[in-house]
Amino acid sequence: MSLQQFMNEAISPWMKQEGPDSDIVMSSRIRLARNFSQYPFPIIASEDSLDKVLDFFSQEFKKRSFRDYKDFEMVQMKALQPIEKRVLVEKHLISPHLAEKSDKSATLISQNEQVSIMINEEDHIRIQLYFPGFQLDQALEQASQLDDWLEDKIDYAFDEKRGYLTSCPTNVGTGMRASVMMHLPALSMTQQINRMTPAINQLGLVVRGIYGEGSEAVGSIFQISNQITLGKSEEDIVEDLHSVVKQLIDQERRARDALMRGSGIQLEDRIFRSYGVLKNSRIIESKEAAKCLSDLRLGIDLGFIDHIPRTILNELMVLTQPGFLQQYAEATLNPEERDIRRASLIRERLQLESEE
Amino acid sequence: MECQECHQRQATVHLTQVVNGQKSEVHVCEKCAKENGYMNYGEENFTLNDLLSGLFHSEAPSPLKDKSSQAYPKKTQLKCSNCGLTYEEFARIGKFGCAECYQTFDERLNPILRRVHSGNTSHDGKIPKREGGNLHLRKEVEEYKLNLRQLIEQEEFEEAAKVRDKIRFLEGQLHKGEDGDE
Repeated sequence: MSLQQFMNEAISPWMKQEGPDSDIVMSSRIRLARNFSQYPFPIIASEDSLDKVLDFFSQEFKKRSFRDYKDFEMVQMKALQPIEKRVLVEKHLISPHLAEKSDKSATLISQNEQVSIMINEEDHIRIQLYFPGFQLDQALEQASQLDDWLEDKIDYAFDEKRGYLTSCPTNVGTGMRASVMMHLPALSMTQQINRMTPAINQLGLVVRGIYGEGSEAVGSIFQISNQITLGKSEEDIVEDLHSVVKQLIDQERRARDALMRGSGIQLEDRIFRSYGVLKNSRIIESKEAAKCLSDLRLGIDLGFIDHIPRTILNELMVLTQPGFLQQYAEATLNPEERDIRRASLIRERLQLESEE
Repeated sequence: MECQECHQRQATVHLTQVVNGQKSEVHVCEKCAKENGYMNYGEENFTLNDLLSGLFHSEAPSPLKDKSSQAYPKKTQLKCSNCGLTYEEFARIGKFGCAECYQTFDERLNPILRRVHSGNTSHDGKIPKREGGNLHLRKEVEEYKLNLRQLIEQEEFEEAAKVRDKIRFLEGQLHKGEDGDE
């Protein structure tokens, strides 16, 4: 069963490929929010009208009309266990919101897990597309193609003045959220990212540490995305994002060089200490794991460590989250048990690489 | 270290604040951090909605204005005839109920959209082929007209004539389409 496949592998097949600037940009994503014109939005819709939206996709799915976009699997939320939903959230295949709204929602997921179409989320349709590395243009192009294909069959809620009509006023217009996930350890170590954020905000873009906001994002992973969806074309939004990300890549590379030159031994020490913690700890909290994994990845990027693949960070970041740990343990775990389980899983994974 | 707010619990949240270039350290417990707004638990939907909701309410008449003009129409009168969502509900949840709501609340939307989208209130992106009707054509005509003006300014009359013909042709098509609709 295909659902099992989505559940088993921590990292999606597309994540195993390296994209452009993969040392710094982990992934690029485009999300499009769309609605049927004739039905109320999910937030207010009756069961009956939610069913109609769901039915449309079930019918199309049965007709195998999604074949053009590589075999999609249709997964109904009500058929999933809470842990299974959590795993899909941790893999970013569905949003937390979709997981909560169980009864009348579903998702279509492509075989390589690069594309998913969420149904009856906040909007009727949320198309989501991931690319490895820095490939926003490609992601936009393909998202737009899939959108055209759907548009041919659906009367979209669209207004000349306001564009694509969405449930939330923050999405109206293009309905597009473009985002890039970046690993910026040197910029966060040197606190430079904080200084750059206000300038980035002025361009209508947002920087978020993925483990919550704060002076130092744990794990040094940041998501840069557009805030504005109205008054700018999709291409312009992507172009703005593109230029900011390009800048950040340059700055991060420069900061890495400077760190290496100025405090190479301290950096090396930090990296190997973190590696030591990951290899040896018996109990590890998710925050510490994220920090050490970030250091380890930096160590790989800088050539201190050469026998571990770069995807280790993406992989272990997903694998060490509560849903996955419990899926692996096949049991519900309390936080303490999870910290023990997390530590042993990381040790096993690193051991595997050292042996190969 | 004890929490500097309640002086009871252990301080577990340590923050460095910079206000007007002045650096200061804050050491508080989790409870006080939450209560004093030092921490944002990444409940993005919650805070974003709150924020939005605040924006909408600020569009409603202020109590002062209410006093001065009792005749101000009650905002509850604004209700979407399609889905039944009232403006009040919209302001509370920060979400539209259906596509029609955009028409119903249209008059009040510009200030809200302007704030959320850096001053923008109208769409400038993709147009769906079917739903967009002849919008594609009209946009194209607009672009050509802009182009025409530039060409005339640059005194490139030969090129301008070509563009003018294109505009005529497209406008002809537009009229045909409109006749067909009627």
